[in-house]
Amino acid sequence: MTTYLVPLILIGALTSAGVYLLLERNMTRMLLGLLLIGNAINLLILTVGSPSGNPPIRGRTSDGDTTTADPLAQGMILTAIVISMGIAAFVLALAYRSYRLTTEEEVTDDPEDARVSKLSADEAAALDVDRLRPESARDTDLPDELDALPGMEGSR
Amino acid sequence: MTAPSVLMPLPVLIPMIGAALTMFAGRRPRLQRAIALAALCVVVAVCAALLYLTDRRGTLALHVGGWGQTESGMGPLGVTLVVDRLSALMLIVSSIVLLCVVFYAIGQGIRDGDERQPVSIFLPTYLVLSAGVCMAFLAGDLFNLFVGFEVLLSASFVLLTIGASKDRVRAGIAYVMVSMVSSMVFLFGIALVYAATGTLNLAELAVRLDGVSAGTRTAMFAVLLVAFGIKAAVFPLSTWLPDSYPTAPAPVTAVFAGLLTKVGVYAIIRTHSLLFPSGGLDPLLLVAALLTMLVGILGAIAQSDIKRLLSFTLVSHIGYMVFGIALSSQLGMSGAIYYVAHHIVVQTTLFLVVGLIERQAGASTMQRLGGLAAASPLLAFLFVVPALNLGGIPPFSGFIGKVALLEAGAQNGSVLAWLLVGGSVLTSLLTLYVIVRVWTKAFWRSREHAPEGHLAGATPLALLDESEDTQFVDRDQVGRMPIGMVVPTAALIAVGLTLTVMAGPIFRYAERAAEQVLDRGTYISAVLGGGQ
Repeated sequence: MTTYLVPLILIGALTSAGVYLLLERNMTRMLLGLLLIGNAINLLILTVGSPSGNPPIRGRTSDGDTTTADPLAQGMILTAIVISMGIAAFVLALAYRSYRLTTEEEVTDDPEDARVSKLSADEAAALDVDRLRPESARDTDLPDELDALPGMEGSR
Repeated sequence: MTAPSVLMPLPVLIPMIGAALTMFAGRRPRLQRAIALAALCVVVAVCAALLYLTDRRGTLALHVGGWGQTESGMGPLGVTLVVDRLSALMLIVSSIVLLCVVFYAIGQGIRDGDERQPVSIFLPTYLVLSAGVCMAFLAGDLFNLFVGFEVLLSASFVLLTIGASKDRVRAGIAYVMVSMVSSMVFLFGIALVYAATGTLNLAELAVRLDGVSAGTRTAMFAVLLVAFGIKAAVFPLSTWLPDSYPTAPAPVTAVFAGLLTKVGVYAIIRTHSLLFPSGGLDPLLLVAALLTMLVGILGAIAQSDIKRLLSFTLVSHIGYMVFGIALSSQLGMSGAIYYVAHHIVVQTTLFLVVGLIERQAGASTMQRLGGLAAASPLLAFLFVVPALNLGGIPPFSGFIGKVALLEAGAQNGSVLAWLLVGGSVLTSLLTLYVIVRVWTKAFWRSREHAPEGHLAGATPLALLDESEDTQFVDRDQVGRMPIGMVVPTAALIAVGLTLTVMAGPIFRYAERAAEQVLDRGTYISAVLGGGQ
């Protein structure tokens, strides 16, 4: 099987550009990165499929080729293109929704992750309230000294 | 037309047709629910029939459309569906879980849903997800497996971001991006395999890959392992899971936790045993399994939100299955197969119970929960049975699966295998610690002792995510647990207990499945028709 250098270089270039874009936090760029990688892989499937030849339709020839091109690779590429188009539309909708909600399309950190990672050992262990709680029955609707305690702010 | 050739496409076809019908019935919620329930009931029946047929007649193969017919038999030219004992077991467990969870979601929607619920989208998407899961288990060629993955992933994107609140969009973006990268890596692996062999049919690949040089084979397997490792959440490719799963609605998280990662594990089993049986990457897989177990469970210890905590235990227990696969022995594979079935059921049940906790107590974090054992003994019972099962307390099925894996590790006898045996025991103990921690905090102590016990979510929400905090005392009375949510949870617990009580026959079935998985000849002759 012969392979050509130009498509391979192109595949490499598309993939590396795609990975570079994917490492951004901006959603549009990430999507572009994914699309570039997808195209690189489609090109790869086409390249590795089989050498060029007649169209895979009975009775059709082109340019006096003796072999027939591989229809399976083309079928797979078509499927992959359709799938990535659908997903790209969904990602764009998601990016727009994110923009509407936060007026930015950055991918943010997980708040619960950040909270857990900042806990000190004591805080992480303390899931109980150790101090004695004042009797809430004594708390009245009127402002009183209990309102100064954490968790008892305001009147009942 | 024989019975198997009619039955085999049905687990994919019925949910797909059901999805279309529920889409048409979008404005008639009751009809929609009836269609969804009926479709999944039929799928359970079909999968049970397939389980019986496969166990009696051996591996079944179907060449859809009859492409590639020659005098000697069917050739692998078109889409091939294959069911062996492993696929049949995965299909029946998944279909039961899918049915129970849709029952739960419907029960929750009837009780807590309101006119803003996106139900007209939920059920069709859920059915598409079911079709994708079944398609992945039935796939007899690599590209069909890819399409199955894409179908279930596209559906899961919609389910994860349902309602499109701020939290869900944030989690959804990360999930979509990670999943897409894994799909790209998978497609890349497919291109490499196609370049080396010129086919994608699993049986034909198994034959042709033997002629490919060992280095090339290892490279292809490594690429595919990265793709499946992301889907199965194997460390170091697991960090996306605990960030994205917990924000989804309870039934969605439950079905994701039960099924989606297991589809990845199934793909690893299939490729490892059928395509690349030389075991060149087994030491790497063993190390990954050990780290998955330990890092996962240590992450679980740090969490205070129960949903996140369970997501970390999910990651951790994937390590057990990878451990069993990487041992490449009959006993290891039997243990892994039994453990997958056990884990699908138990993990789903636990997430459903957390959904009930969230509904009844208005919170899922241990900073707010307390006193649940006194408030609702039934809820405590529903939690404690699957929780102890997950922790591997004898005589539950978690214990049986772990013992099989430990035995397989000891049988292997290498230093690395013994390290993994130690790691498994440690992980099991730490899982128990995590479970006991949830139990003492959320169920035993009084709610007044919780640091934020005075706060709670305002109203129970079925599919939406717009919880506003309110004072616990001011919270609306939510009433008893809806029967439509308790019954499916209890049914799944019963399935988990069946795995325990019927452990003998089921484990023997897993052994037969493992034998069939490791014996490549039967698979190849069933598909290519050599032995007929």
